[in-house]
Amino acid sequence: MVCGGTGCTSSDSNRIIDALNQELTNQGIQEQVEVVRTGCFGLCELGPVVIVYPEGIFYSRVEVKDIPDLVEQHLLNGKPYEKKVYEKTKLDGKILNFEETDFYKKQVRIALRNCGIIDPENINEYIASDGYKALGKVLLTMSRQQVIDTMKKSGLRGRGGGGFNTGLKWEFAAKQDKEQKYVICNADEGDPGAFMDRSILEGNPHSVIEAMAIAGFAIGSNQGFIYVRAEYPIAVQRFVKALDQAREYGLLGDNVLGTGFSFNIDVRLGAGAFVCGEETALMHSIEGHRGMPTPKPPFPAVQGLWGQPTIINNVETLANVAQIMLNGADWYASIGTEKSKGTKVFALGGKVVNTGLVEVPMGITLREVIFEIGGGIPGGKKFKAVQTGGPSGGCLTEEHLDCTIDFDTLTSLGSMMGSGGMIIMDEDTCMVDIARFYLDFTRDESCGKCTPCRIGTKRLLEMLDLITEGKATMEDLEKLENLSLQIKNASLCALGQTAPNPVLSTIKFFRDEYMAHIHDQKCPAGVCKSLISYQIDADLCKGCSLCARKCPSNAISGKVKEPFVIDTLACIKCGVCFDVCKFKAVAIV
Amino acid sequence: MEQQQTNSSGGVAEADEKLEKIQSAIQQFKMIKGALIPVLHEIQDIYGYLPESVLKVVSTELNLPMSEIYGVASFYHFFSLTPKGEHVIHVCMGTACYIKGAQTVLDRLSTELNVAVQGTTEDNKFTLEATRCLGACGLAPVMTIGEKVHGRLAPNNVPKILNEYK
Ligand SMILES: Cc1cc2nc3c(=O)[nH]c(=O)nc-3n(C[C@H](O)[C@H](O)[C@H](O)COP(=O)(O)O)c2cc1C
Ligand code: SF4
Ligand code: SF4
Ligand code: FES
Ligand code: FES
Repeated sequence: MVCGGTGCTSSDSNRIIDALNQELTNQGIQEQVEVVRTGCFGLCELGPVVIVYPEGIFYSRVEVKDIPDLVEQHLLNGKPYEKKVYEKTKLDGKILNFEETDFYKKQVRIALRNCGIIDPENINEYIASDGYKALGKVLLTMSRQQVIDTMKKSGLRGRGGGGFNTGLKWEFAAKQDKEQKYVICNADEGDPGAFMDRSILEGNPHSVIEAMAIAGFAIGSNQGFIYVRAEYPIAVQRFVKALDQAREYGLLGDNVLGTGFSFNIDVRLGAGAFVCGEETALMHSIEGHRGMPTPKPPFPAVQGLWGQPTIINNVETLANVAQIMLNGADWYASIGTEKSKGTKVFALGGKVVNTGLVEVPMGITLREVIFEIGGGIPGGKKFKAVQTGGPSGGCLTEEHLDCTIDFDTLTSLGSMMGSGGMIIMDEDTCMVDIARFYLDFTRDESCGKCTPCRIGTKRLLEMLDLITEGKATMEDLEKLENLSLQIKNASLCALGQTAPNPVLSTIKFFRDEYMAHIHDQKCPAGVCKSLISYQIDADLCKGCSLCARKCPSNAISGKVKEPFVIDTLACIKCGVCFDVCKFKAVAIV
Repeated sequence: MEQQQTNSSGGVAEADEKLEKIQSAIQQFKMIKGALIPVLHEIQDIYGYLPESVLKVVSTELNLPMSEIYGVASFYHFFSLTPKGEHVIHVCMGTACYIKGAQTVLDRLSTELNVAVQGTTEDNKFTLEATRCLGACGLAPVMTIGEKVHGRLAPNNVPKILNEYK
């Protein structure tokens, strides 16, 4: 198995596949060994990833030049190729199956079940792992109401951010007495720092197609759309291929499996507007207009695409559906917590050892995810905060680490589940800067339709700019908080309603950091450019002159072999000297 | 999906060929409701941006006023109304990348290329853009040059990578 997810493809996994095939042919064992290009496996940081079955040996950062040795040692002589075996799978001289590592032990993979295991471009592999069995079961043995009841009973809540009960949503649409209804899969994934939807589409596209067909049957629709980001070329290409295969096998199109049920899916590409992930905006975009939200109600389930009843579900939500149909509502409801059933996929990113995709049962604690599965903070640094829910979410701190992860707990703490980005921050991250970062994003992405969002986010950003420049007063901080609350109340769609969240949560939990910027004109984390300066430590400087040669503004002077000095007035704070100094003589003060 | 076109090319035959492709795409999409955005994608794919002359063709064929076409085209970040450089650099400014120092990489690119963010170098070689999450957050910080993804970046990798394209 060679990972062909986006992460690994960009670290050249395609060349690894070619090299492997070549070497197998050279050794004459191409018949015995099959090379499969899978979807993302989760541990993209270690890519390119190669896993050899049946042993389940996990090789990380494989290079083309490793291939001959890997083939010879492992495949010909049956001994793992030690050099590239993932460190964490080595224990007391033994090599573990990857499923026994800390990264995998606590995971429960339902939505990601087949990702990294099957070849996403081969429908037969999906079918061999129970694929389309759920669709067959639904069409041949269940009534529409039974499907909806199963969904409701499973307790599955939408994974796209809102957390609305999926079965209920389907029921609303099913009850509408209209000829034409639509099923939309929301694959816009605008949340910066999240890539689970992308990975599911790339690693297991058929699971989404199967679920859309089941949803179509349940609500009485014959037409689906998937709205997917144009920035995800591999996902689009694999999904289109999967659609063709499903049509060819009679699993999509007219008269599916001879049951008289017809269902088609069309692909629509997004065009890089975050707000188009919002469901009403998304529908306007499919209709060919600017993607601007409209007030709800009417809800899409009543009056959606072209005025017809429409359900919109997120990719990850859909990826659970077939498994629920196969294993039953009780099975699904037995995983997770009282009000948040099942699992959630998180994209772990930022300052954490194992960046990647993980799927965990609801109710697990933040500490387990960040420290056990994620492997903690790299470089011996201290954990500072974790941001969940993307631009709509908030930051949580050390004291929240033992809180459980579910929809309601996170919301009650002032953050949210969102689509599942989980960004870890260490002591080098400035919380004011992070708030500014999110505001910059939402200001940019505001569609401009309503004033509180369009103008309000701009004002918030200006105030945050003042703070990061050390020019703000306490009065500004107060204004910042007040305006935040007003925007939350007055905006039309959830973009504006949640935009101030990162500001409010950072003020709440990191007030001292705001104070340091305002009162002392200091950025404790050393991030905010206006509040820091670069200096050379004369004791550490060896006088190699490298920094002076690289400095773009000629701000550094000195004699070779003597300590160099930075002219702070000429310095543009580009940080090049800090990067290039081999003796750590340049300090940020 | 975005394709790089060299600006230098553009013989008459080639121009006709491109226009023909667009025409057939328009005919194909005409049948569906909401055809405008898929057609714009096609144009951007072929030309690298949305030339005014081609948008006029779209306006007649789809029977839409130019104002509406511009309204839609300018709303979406993915569409560009101006030509881009030979190599388009997208630096991911998603959260995961930002936390890991994407800003310093972007700054360094801007210094090295002597061009502002969202600008094109004088010799039309590079266009430097900050973009939303590219979905490769595991490799943060990430940038793409054309179709190629460069991950695990640090500011001082920049000169070497740029050299590959010079
Ligand atoms: C500004 C904004 C952006 C959103 N972006 C996405 C997105 O990228 N993907 C997604 O599935 N849902 C997104 N949503 C949520 C959708 O509006 C909708 O609730 C969701 O797709 C419903 O699917 P679910 O019930 O399966 O979660 C967004 C909402 C807002 C307000
Ligand atoms: S690179 Fe470091 S050691 Fe060399 S001159 Fe600069 S500060 Fe001094
Ligand atoms: S930060 Fe940049 S401008 Fe300032 S001294 Fe260092 S290299 Fe020169
Ligand atoms: S892309 Fe290969 S493990 Fe994620
Ligand atoms: S945040 Fe940069 S690729 Fe996702």
